[in-house]
Amino acid sequence: MAESKRADVIGLPLDRIDGRLKVTGRATYAFEYATQGSVAYGVIVSAAIGKGRILRIDTRDAQHAPRVLLVLTKDNAPPQTPWGPVDLPDRFARAEPALDTDEVLYFGFPVAFVVAETFEQATAAAAMVRIQYDPMPGDYDLHAAGPSAENPGRIDGNGPADSAVGDFESAFASAPVQIDAHYTTPHQHQAPMEPHATMAAWEGEMLTVHTSAQLTTSPQEGLARTFNTPKENVRIITRYVGGGFGSKLPYYVDATLAAIGARTLGRPVKVAMTRPQVFYTTTHRTASEQHVRLGADRDGRLTAYGQEALVHCARFDLFTEPVCDAARRLYAAPNRLTRHRRAKLDLPRSDSMRAPGEAIGLLGLECAMDELAEALDLDPVELRLRNDTSSDPEQDRPFASRHLAEALREGAARFGWNKRVAKPASVRDRRWLVGLGVASAIRGDILQSATARARLENDGKITIELAMTDIGTGSYTILTQIAADTMELPVDRVTVRLGDTRFPPTAGSGGSFGAATSGSAVLAACRKLKAGLASGMTESLGSVTPADLDEAYSHAGFGAHFAEVCVDRDTGEVRVRRMLGVFAAGRILNAKTARSQMIGGMTWGIGSALLEENHVDSRFGSFINQDLANYHVAVNADVGAMEVVFLDEADPHGGPLGSKGVGELGICGAGAAIMNAIHNATGARIRDFPATPDKLLATLETLDP
Amino acid sequence: MKPFRYERANGVAAACAAAAAPGARFIAGGTNLIDLMKLQIETPELLVDIGLLPLADIIESTAEGGLRIGAGVTNSGLAADMRVRRLYPLLSQAILAGASTQLRNKATTGGNLLQRTRCPYFYDTTKPCNKRAPGSGCAALHGINRMNAVMGVSDDCIAAHPSDMAVAMTALDARLETVAPDGAIRAIPIDALYRAPGNTPHIETVLAPGELIRSVLLPPPPQGRQVYRKVRDRASFAFALVSVAVVAEREGDRVRAARVAFGSLSYKPWRSAEAEASLEGASATRTSFDAAGIAALKNARGYGHNDFKIPLARRTLRATLADAVGV
Repeated sequence: MAESKRADVIGLPLDRIDGRLKVTGRATYAFEYATQGSVAYGVIVSAAIGKGRILRIDTRDAQHAPRVLLVLTKDNAPPQTPWGPVDLPDRFARAEPALDTDEVLYFGFPVAFVVAETFEQATAAAAMVRIQYDPMPGDYDLHAAGPSAENPGRIDGNGPADSAVGDFESAFASAPVQIDAHYTTPHQHQAPMEPHATMAAWEGEMLTVHTSAQLTTSPQEGLARTFNTPKENVRIITRYVGGGFGSKLPYYVDATLAAIGARTLGRPVKVAMTRPQVFYTTTHRTASEQHVRLGADRDGRLTAYGQEALVHCARFDLFTEPVCDAARRLYAAPNRLTRHRRAKLDLPRSDSMRAPGEAIGLLGLECAMDELAEALDLDPVELRLRNDTSSDPEQDRPFASRHLAEALREGAARFGWNKRVAKPASVRDRRWLVGLGVASAIRGDILQSATARARLENDGKITIELAMTDIGTGSYTILTQIAADTMELPVDRVTVRLGDTRFPPTAGSGGSFGAATSGSAVLAACRKLKAGLASGMTESLGSVTPADLDEAYSHAGFGAHFAEVCVDRDTGEVRVRRMLGVFAAGRILNAKTARSQMIGGMTWGIGSALLEENHVDSRFGSFINQDLANYHVAVNADVGAMEVVFLDEADPHGGPLGSKGVGELGICGAGAAIMNAIHNATGARIRDFPATPDKLLATLETLDP
Repeated sequence: MKPFRYERANGVAAACAAAAAPGARFIAGGTNLIDLMKLQIETPELLVDIGLLPLADIIESTAEGGLRIGAGVTNSGLAADMRVRRLYPLLSQAILAGASTQLRNKATTGGNLLQRTRCPYFYDTTKPCNKRAPGSGCAALHGINRMNAVMGVSDDCIAAHPSDMAVAMTALDARLETVAPDGAIRAIPIDALYRAPGNTPHIETVLAPGELIRSVLLPPPPQGRQVYRKVRDRASFAFALVSVAVVAEREGDRVRAARVAFGSLSYKPWRSAEAEASLEGASATRTSFDAAGIAALKNARGYGHNDFKIPLARRTLRATLADAVGV
């Protein structure tokens, strides 16, 4: 009798392995290691000017404050490797020295460090450090710096800054229907709940760093570079992470200074950034100015298709948000143009935040598509269907799988899109103006390198080890499922251990590649172990590399967002009544955690459409919002009914697992669907994100009875 | 946070005496003060905890038909009180529109009245701020002042008072009962509690050192419907862009009488005698309501980013009046 195939464990909506630990407070985060008494507490002092030079630092009062153990400044910090190198291929493995310069590179730049027996004593003493500055004028305003912006050559992800197909300018000039629109998006912050925090301890030449990080091998290499020590001497431990969203791809001076403090004092030192420091000492998403030009024939087929973006990076850095990446692959058009320009500002580093590029690029592009649909008097879903393509329009290769059209059709049917009244401001419900909007979703899919170890224990259980992280996404859970499925064991016979550089190296969590990359390594390790069990094998290593994704194809996840909003006709307050996201993201590894990822991304879409922004006061060079009371992320009351549908998508070319990333696809296009719904509700075209009530008042005046 | 001493007061007289010393502050819920201490915006040397004073958390009916609310009553307790919900729904609505459940469970009535502005420049100790550091200048005046005031302020300070509760209390003609260190008791109309910034924005109230708000007195509820409307960027846990407290009584197709107070427009809840006069006997129409708003905001002045508050306040008043009188 043939053995029947066991039901797939992969894909089941398994509860999070770490869920109970987290909700009962037993999951240990970086700042919670070590006990009071043995550990000392460090506090970072931040620069109070936007740009300039430190003339003098007076630390006498701080040094004599109660139970202060150490006050570090540029005058007594130990030698470290200078920051960089700026062009290191893995920018997250750069040296990150602290207090090695008298220059202030941005507001909040770390300028001193105080360690004391308690956090409160360190905080009090930190406020006693007196610093004299020689301030210098800086450039802080993206728009003002626009004319001096440079061609960055390459954008994040290593694509070219510019792309061109056909003759965009002539095609646009002669297009029967044209949209020529400028959009702006503001500085945004990742705002993870857990601040960036580290506890460091030395044993001889061995440095152990408990830190809140998305990556493990990069900060290991980076700290080794900073301290000029072999990377084998640095161990990174990051078991649980309270949100990263890109801001914990780099490591920061909390790690450097904790390590210096621990070495100097010969005891463990903890450092957590304050909430304001999370805002101005870590990275943020650049503001952007986007120029979208669309030309179409009367049937709604794009003939000219262009998106140009202006972004900023820190004066000393090279990051370029790939704003137009999505446009390059989303729609067919014979004449195409994308362009990125980058202004250098004296602000903190801009870097990745959930779906760098797509998240804001699609706000401009997909709102412009809505404007085009209106100009054509064509349904916005139909416009998108007419410009679908099965091959990558700028790469001359087919998509491994692309179900954008199916997502749009399925979503339209489920959402009741046919009830949409095309004429804006037509639907009223008591004091509310009601509208529907749609937008496409696309997020590039990549595979990185990872190795995993699978071990058969004496009790017959399996242990999986790899230096992957779980940043709240569900890594522990899906890797358990993959191992259990492959070994044909119940999930409670599998233990997954993550977040330790003593385990085999991985690329960590970022760019939505974590699940596919680490999952493929676990799959390979388990397959090898299973095959070797008969011959007595008890341990195996399995690996995956970017080459495991077939280069003959273009790889991306797709989807469609639908939103219903209501706008208060008096005050301009916008509330999202419901959203539907239909996604084609390859094989779904866990129906529950994948859905949670999508809901999270869509909720971020609400934030980018309605709430999130920070301003720089150019007189001081500093962000004005420095806390979560004023930097508005969506709260429960902002989130209406959320529905997520995954299309059944098998991707035979999608790597060993056939899965695609889900961490970022949910945000891509979500904000545009909301903004398009606002237009449908009111007739207002807000091109300056987010749509706060003040921006709707002028339109509402015209609609008053 | 700077080191400080902490004392738990065991009586009103002792509390007032202790808090009269320079550098002393009362503390009750601490939801605002402790934040400010962490950022060293407030650096008291002594905290006098009034959380356990007798009768501080009692709500009692008064002989004249109103309520006496102990200053230590929590925001949650006050909003949930059945007498408040029945007779002063405006107050309950306003409190529940503010902060979060967790904060309301801790924050007290007296503390809510005395909370400090949320102006971002007040909160950032690296910036000039006449309220925090007298004489240093007002960074908000030509800065990012979207949340700042448009009425009754000066070029030395354009900070707005952030309370929702106090706006409702202002419309309800609340009075504060205070005790001075010498034992003297006085009643202060809520509208007279707050001092205009002028050129001394760091002096925010008329309270003397050590003078303690013991209770809030609400007169019997006014005739008419009570409606509180808060306009904000996000649906919860956000300070108001504009809020409006309205008590309006309709008689046929006219407004018999109305009370109007605005939040987030000024250094204090802004009771508008002009709007109330304009509404008295006016037709119950959107046109009249607009006229009331125009009268209320005649002297309003925007500072750039907050210009929108003026039309927004007018529109919000119009909608709230329409809601209250059923137009």
